[in-house]
Amino acid sequence: MQFAETIFASRFQLTRQDLERCLAEALSHGGDYADLYFEYLLTSSIGIDESIVKSAAQGVSMGVGVRVIAGERTGYAYSDDLSVEKILKAARVAAYIAAGPSKVESFNLKEGRRHNLYPVATAPTETPFAERVELVRRADRAARAYDSRIFQVNAVYADNLRHVLIATSDGVLTADRQPLARLNVSVLARENGGAPQRGHAGGGGRVELGFFLNEKTPEYFAKEAAREALAMLGAVEAPAGETTVVLGPGWPGILLHEAVGHGLEADFNRKGVSAFSGRIGQKVASELCTVVDDGTIHHRRGSLNMDDEGQPTQRNVLIENGVLRGYLQDKLSSTLLGAAPTGSGRRESYEHMPLPRMTNTFMLAGESDPEEIIRSVPKGLYCVSFGGGQVDITSGNFVFSASESYLIEDGKITRPVRNATLIGNGPEALKYVSMVGNDLKLDQGVGVCGKEGQSVPVGVGIPTIRIDKMTVGGTA
Amino acid sequence: MSLSQNHLIELAHEVVKRALDAGASDAECTVAEGEEFSANVRMRELESLKEAGSRGIGVRVLVGRRAGSSSTSDLSREGIERLVRSAIELADVTNEDPCAGLPEADEFGSLAGDLRLAAPDVANLETGMKIETAKRAEAAALDSDPRIFNSEGASFDSHLGRHVFVNSRGFAGEYRTSYCSLSAVPVAREGESMERDYWSSLARGFSGLEPPEQVGRIAASRALRRLNPVKVTTQKVPVVFEARVARSLLGNLFDAVHGMAIYRHQSFLEDKLGEKVASECVTVIDDGTIPGLFGTSPFDDEGVASRRTVVIERGVLKSYLLNCYAARKLGMKTTGNASRGLTGNPGIGHGNFYLEKGAETPEQIVGGIRNGFYVTETQGFGVNTVTGDYSQGAAGLWIRDGELAFAVSEVTIAANLREMLLGIEAAGSDLEFRGSVAAPTIKIGEMTVGGK
Repeated sequence: MQFAETIFASRFQLTRQDLERCLAEALSHGGDYADLYFEYLLTSSIGIDESIVKSAAQGVSMGVGVRVIAGERTGYAYSDDLSVEKILKAARVAAYIAAGPSKVESFNLKEGRRHNLYPVATAPTETPFAERVELVRRADRAARAYDSRIFQVNAVYADNLRHVLIATSDGVLTADRQPLARLNVSVLARENGGAPQRGHAGGGGRVELGFFLNEKTPEYFAKEAAREALAMLGAVEAPAGETTVVLGPGWPGILLHEAVGHGLEADFNRKGVSAFSGRIGQKVASELCTVVDDGTIHHRRGSLNMDDEGQPTQRNVLIENGVLRGYLQDKLSSTLLGAAPTGSGRRESYEHMPLPRMTNTFMLAGESDPEEIIRSVPKGLYCVSFGGGQVDITSGNFVFSASESYLIEDGKITRPVRNATLIGNGPEALKYVSMVGNDLKLDQGVGVCGKEGQSVPVGVGIPTIRIDKMTVGGTA
Repeated sequence: MSLSQNHLIELAHEVVKRALDAGASDAECTVAEGEEFSANVRMRELESLKEAGSRGIGVRVLVGRRAGSSSTSDLSREGIERLVRSAIELADVTNEDPCAGLPEADEFGSLAGDLRLAAPDVANLETGMKIETAKRAEAAALDSDPRIFNSEGASFDSHLGRHVFVNSRGFAGEYRTSYCSLSAVPVAREGESMERDYWSSLARGFSGLEPPEQVGRIAASRALRRLNPVKVTTQKVPVVFEARVARSLLGNLFDAVHGMAIYRHQSFLEDKLGEKVASECVTVIDDGTIPGLFGTSPFDDEGVASRRTVVIERGVLKSYLLNCYAARKLGMKTTGNASRGLTGNPGIGHGNFYLEKGAETPEQIVGGIRNGFYVTETQGFGVNTVTGDYSQGAAGLWIRDGELAFAVSEVTIAANLREMLLGIEAAGSDLEFRGSVAAPTIKIGEMTVGGK
């Protein structure tokens, strides 16, 4: 997308000269680098509950963030008014971080390189509401029709369309149009007046609305949610303490996001506060493990044509055959560390400074047959779905909470178990991976990652894996 | 940058009027304005400064019993027109909802008097002093012990906010808020062991903050006591939640008395009003009226006056927390707990939601335990308020013969919230309001600690 075609040029009448003037103002106190991040975000959501479409909402949020870097210091200011005077004012505030004379001569803004990973002619946000509201109605009907024990259904469809323009004092000018949509279905099932159990499913990506009509339909997610809730009826207590854990393919890849991903973000390592600091080249996992973070997969929720600093995303190898290979960099860390950029600078919105973040994080497939992996376990836990996870990057301790899991007894999946949290230590946990399946699957597209108060969409993936030893937080 | 106070209220009135003119039978408008500042320092140097202001406006319309919502940060004439048009259009795609609607006329209200939500000193703080305050906190942490070898930094944040709410039934209200916060995150190392922890202080005004040296020293001592942790064996023992983590248990309890969870049948406390759901020493209050505290406001996000609600009294469940919608669903009255952002239907939030303090000091509680776990941090999302199942990662200190003996980490704690509430054997005397949810130290008779 060329600058002239962006909403910022057409609707807000901004010119290249305006951008250059604002960058010059940002560097007027002698900063080393400055950038402008323009955002025009349209959001919508529709919710059904008790078979009533109770809510429909739409929002517009727009603004510009101005950043100035001076050595290791960052100044940041933003404005929700896109007039040149207000941007200049924000630039002056951000410029305070530096103390010196202006070093600026001129910027020669050139259109930057980027991918074309989500060529979406009409974004879901641009389609008629009447079409989108059908998605939650269909999900509600399908979940209720699946089984009479499903007594409560809640479905939320949400999408957004983010217009982004980035101009940097390095001379890069890049624009992108980023569609994103997802459908979430949660249900409650009850049997003979007993205690309810919940089930949840959802997915989406940087897709057209047709994705929900042709590929992953509301009925698909509804059945998946209903199946999970029904499966959990009659769940027994989860084991407590160390046991063998088999993770199913797809969303359980959240293990990688927590166990290694966050700990490899360059800001923590530049500061030496991560359990992985200074461990490049060391063995941190079994040699069966190769973990990558790839922001270039078409239509994925975690993918971006360029990161939020204008750098094209790429495929980054984090762990190769068990050996730690690299960190995820943003502009500030890669400059200070003298490292190559990895396209990992991301931010929640124009109100936030970029940070090194993950995109789509997954483990490459191995050679084992998934069924053989389960057969190999005399006693353990098979985890299919998770609620969420968290990590303390300094100690390396991470958790992730299973929402659907089963006991494995004598190589067979037997009874469902109650929700339990699994805990491990990042640089240690993957050393116990003894089998990796040939069934790599990426998640359905619902992940949200939080860091320093900023949320960004991400993806995860994993094949079926066996971990010989992990602590499970049950009560049995 | 700021519009005058009157201008914001006028704008909200205008949006409501336009919505009615466009066919809405009722309308509500929220305007939020904020100014934020933050300074981060790390290893005694300034790391980042951020300063900005923003505004947003949201409208919710009802066309009969169909609702539609819209919000924007585009306050231009065109932006406002689009805002109203889009909310009306959206009401067309939703369904008739018999319980949708504004509060009844006699339910509106606003607390009189000064609630001390905005401190005058916040607006005039010098940037240099704010940076210096953060530096002093971090320096106190770094200088407190040679094992504090690194730091994730210290930060000073301040915020000024303004909140306007107008609806078509004649309610119009406005209030201002402010806060300052100071936090430090030092990193300790000894041998192979590296641990971090934090301490923070939150206040409505600068003068209410704890001294920076105190914030730094407490943060450092917390990181230090986590060094060289042990992973204990799996066992069932008494568990003490330090006040800071006891707050998270109160958060779980709030989710279970949340009116929407009740009418959707997704709380283990459904149908339990009047029943004993917790031990005798548990009294839980939601009070949005206490001047100066962080969960206080003159009115809720539907224009209903904030109030004090007894949620649990000596173990007996007395009330759920409701907005008008949940109240209609359950055949009850709102408790003034409506909460929302700029867009969407009202949700439910809390005022100051807290567990009343007991008589014993934390030292006395720990002193009475021969073998147990003192939890200083929980990790994860393993709390299911439908079933009550509770399973979280945890770190803390092991209690041996009434003393905090050694650090413990990489373990889990698990039980069912139902049993945990009934199993609370003591609430400490150390209740402090460090946020809108507050609790003293809590002792639970028995939980499963998962470890080796």
